Amino acid sequence: MSTQAQHSKFIQGATGDWEIIVGLEVHAQVTSRSKLFSGASTAFGAPPNSHVSLVDAAMPGMLPVINAECVAQAVRTGLGLKAKINLRSTFDRKNYFYPDLPQGYQISQYKSPIVGEGEIQVDLTPDHSIKVGIERLHLEQDAGKSLHDQSPTMSFVDLNRSGVALMEIVSRPDMRSADEAKAYVTKLRTILRYIGSCDGDMDKGNLRADVNVSVRRPGAPLGTRCEIKNVNSIRFIGQAIDVEARRQVAIIEDGGSIDQETRLFDPARGETRSLRSKEEAHDYRYFPDPDLLPLEFDAAFVAELEAHLPELPDAKKARFMADYGLSAYDSGILVAEKETADYYESAVSHGGVQRDAKAVANWIMGDLSAYANTQGLSVAQTEIDASSIATLVDLIGEGVISGKIAKDVLAIIIAEDRSADPRAIVETRGLKQVTDTGAIESAVDAIIAANPDKVAQAIAKPTLLGWFVGQVMKSTGGKANPQAVNDMLKRKLGV
Amino acid sequence: MSVDQATVRRIAYLARIAVTDEEVPHLEGEINAILSFVEALGAVDVAGVEPMTSVIPMKLPLRADVVTDGEIESLVLANAPLAEDDFFLVPKVIE
Repeated sequence: MSTQAQHSKFIQGATGDWEIIVGLEVHAQVTSRSKLFSGASTAFGAPPNSHVSLVDAAMPGMLPVINAECVAQAVRTGLGLKAKINLRSTFDRKNYFYPDLPQGYQISQYKSPIVGEGEIQVDLTPDHSIKVGIERLHLEQDAGKSLHDQSPTMSFVDLNRSGVALMEIVSRPDMRSADEAKAYVTKLRTILRYIGSCDGDMDKGNLRADVNVSVRRPGAPLGTRCEIKNVNSIRFIGQAIDVEARRQVAIIEDGGSIDQETRLFDPARGETRSLRSKEEAHDYRYFPDPDLLPLEFDAAFVAELEAHLPELPDAKKARFMADYGLSAYDSGILVAEKETADYYESAVSHGGVQRDAKAVANWIMGDLSAYANTQGLSVAQTEIDASSIATLVDLIGEGVISGKIAKDVLAIIIAEDRSADPRAIVETRGLKQVTDTGAIESAVDAIIAANPDKVAQAIAKPTLLGWFVGQVMKSTGGKANPQAVNDMLKRKLGV
Repeated sequence: MSVDQATVRRIAYLARIAVTDEEVPHLEGEINAILSFVEALGAVDVAGVEPMTSVIPMKLPLRADVVTDGEIESLVLANAPLAEDDFFLVPKVIE
């Protein structure tokens, strides 16, 4: 990276430049049917306290039994992060008091996590990426949910989420700006969704982040960090980092110092504020959970999971570039959601024929995405079959319709019938491109005859030819082949 | 290792156990008695010894990812001093 590019990431204080240092702890809800240590359901949106077993409610004498699928999901994720898988890990109790934590402790992995060091490649632009180190990934229990707005004097507690498996994925402090942190979370989310170990649904709280922010003079030792808890959207992660970094710079430049503390981001006010008073400083008194033996598995178990991992985003992107000749930018967009990548591939090779890969990419990233965005859907959710996109590209390639008409055909499909065959629409509505030179010639002649003044101008200034092309297209209802019209006009006007 | 009265108060606070000033000296003595009793273990040289997690050789049992429990709101809430609409009710815990 150039010095210039590095410099642009610094924030300007009153006394000079400051560098932002960001590390993230992402909590990702493991996709599983039942909880980490009990047989209660993990399904979202159930009536209060219905998905709760006596284990989750921490009734005396209940014992945790670990869910094998949650273990497998953690290992798969570790493999996706190119991380060291620990064949032996242990569970500890993290003790703290809160009404939505009936056990009085969270079962977590403090000393020996299931996954060790790894790395994610984060693309910031098509030709610039950074590597963000992963320090560890461990399994732990989620807490319940408290509602504070139901009564002036009471909090309402729902334990449905209590005991659901989480993966806490801890990054190294390798990010230097809000944009890098946002790109990291986006990439991590993509990897989790590819693997199927977390659905990444931030609206439901299934992926949330604790953001560690500190500032320093460029090249100086690390400053004191503050942890912003539980930020639940990628946009808010970016905003929280920016406002927190500015807050810290202002304090230091005023001669103050930063207290290491936990803070909360308030998006409505655009500020962070201290979350816990001093006397409540963390003291989790971790100790090994006597109810759980060490979690051990062998290399064959890991190899079996690895053998069934899907193609991951980096590999898919490289393959799209190599196989389809797409740019890094296009490939990056198409592979961001696995379903979109699958949609693309099924359109490109629909009917067993390989068609213009770039044209298919343009349709999906252009008109189809534009429509999907207006509906708040992903491309794959639009119910427009990939074969329709394939057929549109074929019709243009065969010279049956122009690109302009193809857009109209797609609009008809969207408005009238998602399952309609584009070829049939072109046929029944008479949208076929006119390539018959006789018909084009009479249209061209008519326009020339009607506009003698423009003809004189166009001969003097050939760029005006475009106006004539437009008029002919209009008079033919857009069905004339634009290239044929252009050629004929040039010949007739002698330009 | 021993604790002082400030540590006793802190431990009680972290566990949310109400301890009166009169009780603190007594608890300090009790905790320190337990700690010195356990300290006898310090005489054993355990360098290089793996912590024992089970008296008999056992592996951590795993269960299949199947929903086998839950849907027992009335049992879960049976001992709650206060409940409403199947929520536990507790004194407000937010500032």
